[in-house]
Amino acid sequence: MELLTNQILAGIATGAIYACMALAVVMIYQAIDHLNFAQGEMAMFSTFIAWQLMQWGVPYWWAFLATLALSFAGGVIIERALFKPLANAPILTHVAGFIALFAIINSVAGLTWDFTIKQFPTPFGSSPFLGSQLISTHQAGMIGVTLVLLLLLYFFFQFTRVGLAMRAAATLPESARLVGINTSWMVALGWGMAAAIGSIAGMLIAPVVFLEPNMMGGVLIYGFAAAVLGGLTSPFGAVVGGFLVGIFENLAGTYIPGVGNELKLPIALALIITVLVVKPNGLFGRAIVKRV
Amino acid sequence: MTAMLNIRDLKAYYGQVQALHGLEFGLNEGSLTTLLGANGAGKTTTLRAICNMVRSTGSIEFEGKPLSGRSTENIVRLGIAHVPQGRGTFTTMTVDENLQLGAITRKDRAAVTSDIERMYAHFPVLKQRHTQQAGTLSGGEQQMLAVARALMLRPRLMLLDEPSFGLAPLIVRDLFRILGKINREDKVTILVVEQNAQLALELADQAYVIETGRIVMSGNADDIANNEDVRKSYLGY
Repeated sequence: MELLTNQILAGIATGAIYACMALAVVMIYQAIDHLNFAQGEMAMFSTFIAWQLMQWGVPYWWAFLATLALSFAGGVIIERALFKPLANAPILTHVAGFIALFAIINSVAGLTWDFTIKQFPTPFGSSPFLGSQLISTHQAGMIGVTLVLLLLLYFFFQFTRVGLAMRAAATLPESARLVGINTSWMVALGWGMAAAIGSIAGMLIAPVVFLEPNMMGGVLIYGFAAAVLGGLTSPFGAVVGGFLVGIFENLAGTYIPGVGNELKLPIALALIITVLVVKPNGLFGRAIVKRV
Repeated sequence: MTAMLNIRDLKAYYGQVQALHGLEFGLNEGSLTTLLGANGAGKTTTLRAICNMVRSTGSIEFEGKPLSGRSTENIVRLGIAHVPQGRGTFTTMTVDENLQLGAITRKDRAAVTSDIERMYAHFPVLKQRHTQQAGTLSGGEQQMLAVARALMLRPRLMLLDEPSFGLAPLIVRDLFRILGKINREDKVTILVVEQNAQLALELADQAYVIETGRIVMSGNADDIANNEDVRKSYLGY
């Protein structure tokens, strides 16, 4: 029984990271209808920036905030420079763009900070949380930060004008332009927010998986699985999907014989395919109906 | 009266296909004008060209400012509200949020709140449904919402693309009565594109008839209504 509780709680903790990645993916998917394959690399690069700032002696939370701001700016710049010119290009052009971005960011990170693994600090410590052996303070911190982030996003989208404008631009761009919304900038804003959210995921998972240029590969696949499971059109679904994938991954690794740590990733891929076959809109997504 | 909107030699294209062939017309400030024409004559294209939603050449001036080269959202910000064909409702959002979106470019938040109340006075049915998802409204209610959303901009000029489309005759009368009221009381210049020529001519004071991308007739709405050709082609008697 303790093993089960332990695995579920650990699953929720890593699920929080998947939820952040899924949120970032959904944010860009809502804005431009494409999956950003480079989302993980962007998060990894952000984490390196945070690490570099701390190497220079910046305290953790200041580095954290600075990284959020720099990632946001970086996301906006990537959209303006690379994806705005591609706005009306076919899907394969986008895919090529994402892969190029992936390769470039990965190589630049490797070139700048080399490929050896680095320790990344946690501000929460790694002692048992509230004296319980089930979960560590860092894991509790991951869950807490994700929940705070969710709450902030909810308030942003429900109760601010910019949030309302972003939702309008994502659902009906033409109508949004007709009420005077600059939809192009809303897309850039979406990229900025996605980059910032991704950087949170990167900084939270780095103490667990260690910092190196390929650290987000697996995490992004779980994030995709979470986004697909929750429904690519639903930020709320993405978060629920994140937690579910985290729990599922851990339980499968523990209880299904032969899965272990090695076969966890294929399980995420199997989950993506199963959802796409059985319920393509995910748990909370809405069906996209096109009139022909 | 001064011409508020001036259109000269307007040509519009969908890919290789030319839809407007040198359209010329003007709108007087405070007028309620209708643009009549058969399917495919270029009515919708004309409205879309004004808001730069279709590739076009020629000159369009609004209150002396040329509109060419401006993006759709910048044209809207000049005070031109456009109720598109199909209404453009944000169906997944509430009625309240749709109205908020109509005023999203405005900074005077207090006035926006009172304008929303004003819209609910114009369209009481919307007040009953103000927290409901707009997609659950009936066609007529959605059209009311589309007009209300456009008015939230406090526009100087409102363009309406077939507001009567798909609505029951009684609802259309109601809607047109409100449009007339808005035109008189709020001093909003209105251009209505319509296939329902009879109703549109009753409502409007000016009328233009468009055929294959050209204006073929223009004048006082009453005169147009009594014109024999128009009667035969558009009014059916």
